[in-house]
Amino acid sequence: MQQSLRLTDTSIGKKVAMAASGVILFGFAAGHLLGNLQVFKGAEAFNSYAEWLHAHPQVVYPTRILVLFSLGMHVWSAWTLWSRNSDARPTPYKKKQDLATNYAAQTMYATGPLFLAFVLFHLAHLTVSPEYGFMGLTEESPFANLVSGFQHWWIVAIYAVGVLCLGVHLRHGLWSMFQTIGASHPKYDRYRAWIANLFAFLITVGFLSIPAGVMANIVTL
Amino acid sequence: MTERTMNITLHVWRQDNPGKPGKFERYEATDISEHSSFLEMLDLVNEGLIKDGKDPFSYDHDCREGVCGMCGMVINGIPHGPQAATTTCQLHMRKFKNGDELWLEPWRAAGFPVIKDLVVDRDAFDRIIQAGGYITSRTGSAPDANGIAIDKKTADAAFDAAACIGCGACVAACPNASAMLFVSAKITHLGLLPQGQPERKDRARKMVAQADAEGFGGCTNHRECEAACPKEIKFANIARLNRDFIGAMIKAPDDVPKPQPVR
Repeated sequence: MQQSLRLTDTSIGKKVAMAASGVILFGFAAGHLLGNLQVFKGAEAFNSYAEWLHAHPQVVYPTRILVLFSLGMHVWSAWTLWSRNSDARPTPYKKKQDLATNYAAQTMYATGPLFLAFVLFHLAHLTVSPEYGFMGLTEESPFANLVSGFQHWWIVAIYAVGVLCLGVHLRHGLWSMFQTIGASHPKYDRYRAWIANLFAFLITVGFLSIPAGVMANIVTL
Repeated sequence: MTERTMNITLHVWRQDNPGKPGKFERYEATDISEHSSFLEMLDLVNEGLIKDGKDPFSYDHDCREGVCGMCGMVINGIPHGPQAATTTCQLHMRKFKNGDELWLEPWRAAGFPVIKDLVVDRDAFDRIIQAGGYITSRTGSAPDANGIAIDKKTADAAFDAAACIGCGACVAACPNASAMLFVSAKITHLGLLPQGQPERKDRARKMVAQADAEGFGGCTNHRECEAACPKEIKFANIARLNRDFIGAMIKAPDDVPKPQPVR
């Protein structure tokens, strides 16, 4: 029997899955940043925010499930599109000149997995370690964990690389999302890159401001 | 005015058939007039090969006026060569310098198997058009020219998309060998006009499904296609294609069959 075409069978359908899950992951990153910027309000505000999260599993668990599901969808669509795209040109060019693309678009398959690796490190560092008391971290004060974490240059370095990967990934990803869902109009097209760059910049600077604040002794114990 | 002449070194991709591996061979084009076209220069080199009893290399060409879509090769990494919005046949040697070294490659894509040397099989594009890139209309006598009123801006935009000659440079330029610019040109051309409306939903689904079945990659928004296109087909057409396709997948009341992979 002949099968009907389903959205997820097609390359565009997979790109829609990529865009939809990407927007959810971006939303989480933005929310995570806004919450954690409270570190600049001091230990009490930051710790009470953390306590509030612990006291509201009805908020935290659905969010975790949604983020995990979106991550799965993002990785699945990236993997299936990557394998389709790499099969589409079996013999590479001897010479190939790029006319229009940019570094952000060309490094999507590098910045994505690198950022995912950073997220695993980040979870191990600030979510898992305090439970087991690694590196002197405790569950008492997430604020103290954050400040003491960013005392180590190598943690700051890993964090900065991770955040920069996210920023570069978002620069192409957010712009691409508009195109993939068909949001295009001659009058507004020039704003698409502008909006993508602005949000990528805000996310990057926002996340980098936290270790910078610790290193500049603005955020201290 | 004196005529400038030049000597060019060519590295031409030679491949006997789709199954065999290919390789580059080096040829010298000597005393080439700057006024000769790129294809005339290749003809001169091939004439020399024939005189020496060697096998001339094959390349596609037909009208040599930039309208048929037959010609095309990747010249030093750019489909149709260094001049923007120009087919290979309309490219002239005045764009090159004495002593230039040129690498000539066929369109490289799983959807475009090499037939011989620089000639690729572009039947995949015909099958994509056959899948839905048409309107089913009664072929009686021609309707009155102004029988259906279409405003000038819409007519111009449809015409811009209809200018696609199906040469395949978009696929050649795309890092993923994706055919989305080609598909989107036909979707835009017919989708903007009243005659294209009845089959609009089917067209988007069937053409995309066929392009996927042909083994072309997906679009990752690098915009290389738009930059390489000799007819300046716009990248925004792909957004229109996505819009039509997603809308059809969600809203169309009936299903369309999933095509079998071609290769």
